Amino acid sequence: MAILVIGEHDNSTLRPSTLNTVTAAAELGTEVDLLIAGADCSSVTDEASKVGSVSRVLAADDPSFSDGLAENIAPLIASIAGNYSHVLAPATTYGKNILPRASALLDVQQISDISGIESEDTFIRPIYAGNAMATVRSTDALKLITVRTTAFDAVGMDGAASVETVSGGGDAGLSKFVGEELTRSERPELTTADIIVSGGRGMQSSENFVLLEKLADKLGAAVGASRAAVDAGYVPNDYQVGQTGKVVAPNVYIAVGISGAIQHLAGMKDSKVIVAINKDEEAPIFQVADFGWVADLFEAIPQLDSALE
Amino acid sequence: MKVLVPIKRVIDANIKVRVNADQSGVELNNVKMAMNPFCEIAVEEAIRLREGGKAEEVIAVAVGPSQSQETLRTALAMGADRAILIETDPAPEPLGVAKLLKAVTEKENPGLVILGKQAIDGDNNQTGQMLAALLDWSIGTFVSGMEVNDGSVRVTREVDGGLENIDLTPPCVITVDLRLNEPRYASLPNIMKAKKKPLETFSPDDLGVDVSPRIEVLKVIEPPARAAGVKVSSAEELVEKLRNEAKVI
Ligand SMILES: Cc1cc2nc3c(=O)[nH]c(=O)nc-3n(C[C@H](O)[C@H](O)[C@H](O)COP(=O)(O)OP(=O)(O)OC[C@H]3O[C@@H](n4cnc5c(N)ncnc54)[C@H](O)[C@@H]3O)c2cc1C
Ligand SMILES: Nc1ncnc2c1ncn2[C@@H]1O[C@H](COP(=O)(O)O)[C@@H](O)[C@H]1O
Repeated sequence: MAILVIGEHDNSTLRPSTLNTVTAAAELGTEVDLLIAGADCSSVTDEASKVGSVSRVLAADDPSFSDGLAENIAPLIASIAGNYSHVLAPATTYGKNILPRASALLDVQQISDISGIESEDTFIRPIYAGNAMATVRSTDALKLITVRTTAFDAVGMDGAASVETVSGGGDAGLSKFVGEELTRSERPELTTADIIVSGGRGMQSSENFVLLEKLADKLGAAVGASRAAVDAGYVPNDYQVGQTGKVVAPNVYIAVGISGAIQHLAGMKDSKVIVAINKDEEAPIFQVADFGWVADLFEAIPQLDSALE
Repeated sequence: MKVLVPIKRVIDANIKVRVNADQSGVELNNVKMAMNPFCEIAVEEAIRLREGGKAEEVIAVAVGPSQSQETLRTALAMGADRAILIETDPAPEPLGVAKLLKAVTEKENPGLVILGKQAIDGDNNQTGQMLAALLDWSIGTFVSGMEVNDGSVRVTREVDGGLENIDLTPPCVITVDLRLNEPRYASLPNIMKAKKKPLETFSPDDLGVDVSPRIEVLKVIEPPARAAGVKVSSAEELVEKLRNEAKVI
């Protein structure tokens, strides 16, 4: 049977998380459909039709789908899920919000945040902030799954899928989108960046974060942060890396003034190369660092900046 | 309005968990347990609503083994008015928990159910969303700000791109994120008082809910350890290693 992927987008472009999720779907079966539920989102549907491994794009274009409200989108997913063996969504805030609601409507026990696929019913997923990896088998006939995007490569844009319209929609009348404050940045996005420079409580202030931003710009890197740095208001919430923030796996993760709490490691320990700069040589971050530099960051960062010239 | 707060007993967030010898799960013997940190925030928010005159009664509910009573007593000591334990060992999967919570919701008729966004044992992040689906209620997930008004609840959600505001029509389900509030500590007198607050116990059968598992855990293992790294002592050395050894910049 076919696999359904729930596409994530902002009504104008497809989010990269969709491409990783399609890769996971293609490991499960050869027929992959991609649902685009949005409003006035034909540009997304066009883009979706070029996603590799996808056979059909299901376009559900309706004003009630404009803002990703779970109350409106979950019933749509539930209404078409019967045609599929698996329904996959990215384990992003979008997917985590919507898919469990669809799962309950379908009386399915969802499997969250898979990082590996053993067979069509058996999956690997991190538990306890990644301190353990569980292999779990679903006994539900239909499987609903969210996918850890860093664990699957992005599929190429070499597809030629057909586009079909699916009807459904209408406002459940339970909730209303009011507005958003999105962080705008010219830098690469955290979850897809090759290089991340990340700061912790050791940065001491938002002004000091500018030091990291300069370094990041020199490296073409994204900027991340620990929970402590976000809680202290140095940077916005969407910078947070960790068990309860974003999961990242860049080629290089440079942790500056971050101690390396389990909950932070949960979000970055699958990075290819980890660099730690911390003045405390006992800091746990050094246990996962490929390159550790015991130094005061206020001296180290400017030196690193010049060494990169 | 009543506020229902589902709370889970989990391994304390400061403990380094270890996989058990037969790889069937993690070691739970002699391990310090505590209230799931997100649930503490949910309890705090509910108590503040009552203190602010927006709610009359705060009811904490736990699903799990009898020791979950301790977790409920903690919620009572923080200021919850009464508690309900649905005794099961182990705690069911999120769908089962959501079905039990639906039954309790239908008995108690709260205007608001406030949950944590995620339990830090299974990291499932599902229960609130499932409960809202079963009740056909509105939902605000990952909430870092909320305002209860007549006829609507405005929530601020932490999403991948930043923040988002939505208005929910009550009754509604809310799952809270870390930055919503700073939970209080229970004072000693309140801990003593909590011992006398009402705590009712039910079984899933009492509520007519089937909580049979849908997922089999085949194996639990330690994640692969990272190879030991090296120390550098200058920026030049670090840049050289990143450029020529690791070839990542
Ligand atoms: C339920 C739960 C979920 C959580 N989720 C997350 C999460 O998703 N992400 C996350 O990051 N955390 C999370 N945490 C918090 C986590 O436990 C830690 O508290 C947090 O990661 C600490 O951040 P930090 O390393 O920046 O701060 P600290 O632990 O205070 O470390 C600061 C570090 O900076 C170093 N330093 C200070 N000054 C300098 C200097 N001048 N030069 C060099 N080094 C310096 C210090 O030596 C220290 O190691 C969570 C906690 C809980 C309970
Ligand atoms: N066994 C349980 N008893 C009471 N509440 C629970 C239980 N499991 C989950 N919850 C609630 O659901 C939230 C999310 O849990 P989860 O979906 O397991 O990540 C928790 O923070 C609790 O508020």
